[in-house]
Amino acid sequence: MEKKRTQVEEGAPASAASPGVKTGELAVRDVPSSTDVASARVRVNKAYKMYVGGAFVRSESGRYTQVHGNGAGADPETVNVPRGSRKDVRDAVLVAKNAADKWAARSAYNRGQILYRLAEVTESRTPELVESLVRAGSSPADAAREVAAAVDRTVFYAGFCDKISSLFSSHNPVSGPHFGFTIPNPMGVVGVVAPDAPSLLGLVSTILPIIATSNVVVATASETDPRTAIVWSECLATSDLPGGVVNILTGQAAELAPQLAKHREVMAFDGTFGPKATELRAELERLGADSVKRVKTRSNLSTGEWFDDRKGQGIAWVERYIESKTVWHPVGV
Amino acid sequence: MTTALFKRSAPTRASRFPLFNPPPVDQVAIEERVANLAKRSIKKASKVAGLKLSISMMDLTTLEGKDTEGKVLQLCRKAVRPLDSDSDLPSCAAICVYPNFVRIAKDALGASGVKVASVATAFPSGQSPLEIKLDDVRRAVEFGADEIDMVIDRGAMLSGDYGKVFDEIAATKEACGPAHLKVILETGELGSYDVVRKASDLAIAAGGDFIKTSTGKVQPAATLGVTLVMLEAIRDHFYATGTRIGMKPAGGVRTAKQALQYLVVVKETLGDPWLTPDLFRFGASALLNDVLMQLEKERTGLYQASEDFSKD
Repeated sequence: MEKKRTQVEEGAPASAASPGVKTGELAVRDVPSSTDVASARVRVNKAYKMYVGGAFVRSESGRYTQVHGNGAGADPETVNVPRGSRKDVRDAVLVAKNAADKWAARSAYNRGQILYRLAEVTESRTPELVESLVRAGSSPADAAREVAAAVDRTVFYAGFCDKISSLFSSHNPVSGPHFGFTIPNPMGVVGVVAPDAPSLLGLVSTILPIIATSNVVVATASETDPRTAIVWSECLATSDLPGGVVNILTGQAAELAPQLAKHREVMAFDGTFGPKATELRAELERLGADSVKRVKTRSNLSTGEWFDDRKGQGIAWVERYIESKTVWHPVGV
Repeated sequence: MTTALFKRSAPTRASRFPLFNPPPVDQVAIEERVANLAKRSIKKASKVAGLKLSISMMDLTTLEGKDTEGKVLQLCRKAVRPLDSDSDLPSCAAICVYPNFVRIAKDALGASGVKVASVATAFPSGQSPLEIKLDDVRRAVEFGADEIDMVIDRGAMLSGDYGKVFDEIAATKEACGPAHLKVILETGELGSYDVVRKASDLAIAAGGDFIKTSTGKVQPAATLGVTLVMLEAIRDHFYATGTRIGMKPAGGVRTAKQALQYLVVVKETLGDPWLTPDLFRFGASALLNDVLMQLEKERTGLYQASEDFSKD
């Protein structure tokens, strides 16, 4: 692993493609930005890791991406975030698959309780999430607004869990002495590419409706601000959500998304992309065709739309990843 | 070799093995060695060859109280032709069932070349009188079993009554007649590599054609570590006598990657002559599907969904 790390000169230019992010090299971690003379204590810095199967893991490839801060906050300005590999995706898919049946077997009421607990935990970590968003470039006011919206959205989907069966079930008229019932079922593993921005609200809004309908998720976080996703995954880890239901990888969507789209164990794919990703989106739809995967790709919504409760949440998000099972039952038995 | 150490005239069975003292096993070295061998990366054509070989070495197993004729028939069909869409894949070596299903399996497999193995001797505990165990064996052979998987008396092994263990294996071998005998040591209950080594030497000396790690009913079942210890017993026996004894890890081998690791350990310990279904078997039920998924991945380039492969 060590051999893949190279130290970078201080002041090396950031990658032109994604401002603030430099790929493939390890940051020099030296002096905290606020050199407090009074404190002789060496600061304990956080190693940012991906969240897979309920554990925080490095990439099996040993690769890292440098993420630069804007100078705010007490952490070093530049941190190393794992750059997930294709094998990381495959491992995460297997972990998710193994968690799927147990998650789907939980009662809707219990799933709702767990999502509500997630809202509680996210609320209590508001300062840390705000700080992370600010370090990625948000203004403190915008960051606070985004975290609050993310918490509210979590509460929204917590409440949605035990309504899903009622909303998507039906009693169908059939000609003959039978009842025809239609019941929503989860699809299984859903691959997600979260939008680059808003890094928290976009991720939360994409993932929660999918797990509310009993699916499990392998997601790649925002490329420009992967740190915030990692902080949020610490909320997931402490919210009673079983390990493996949500798995969050950090890395490059262009590298990881095709793996999700073509893996036959992944039943559906939901990706939000920037305006320049037309070719990638077409490629993902083509790759998903082999397994007749449900592939949904979209251009990133505007910030206003993500915050708008009529656009960024709701029944349209929930119904996307359910399968309908129809059962015939003889009348009078 | 070991048999020369037995004192036939000893007054009690327990004292018949005063000199029975197989070499001690270095636990740390064994585990380090298998950990090293397991790191080897096997890709592409070698992987495909290894996986196909492992299918041909598989004893496709169902040993459950809820087994039915239907399940056994389904398993037989799968053993003969593991994947409907690929006729180039080899058949499995055998299917492994309880004695009640031997006839059904034998009829279903016909002339396919896939053998029928039956567990016997009061499997899985072995805690019944010897007469009952031998009767169990004779009936299974009568029903048509080509191979008998017996269990040793682990209680006797642990209390040092090696004579009892030896005699029971020898008696079972006799009861087998033409059928091949695999001796299950149930290593998960033996406690240490030293006891595993002792049990391996006993089973080989008493006439076992194969030694097998586990019943699959006890955790831990097969591990690379106990497998290496048992392979070394086989190697030492080969050096001493020139006779080749077979090996069967069973239980706990679930993934294609693990299967390849076992093949590497066999190759590095015993060499190519053992890389054949006649001398090496996997006892497994879940392993086959994972191997098929990997082979399909190599063929199509796409990682497969478990739902696309029949469960039994």
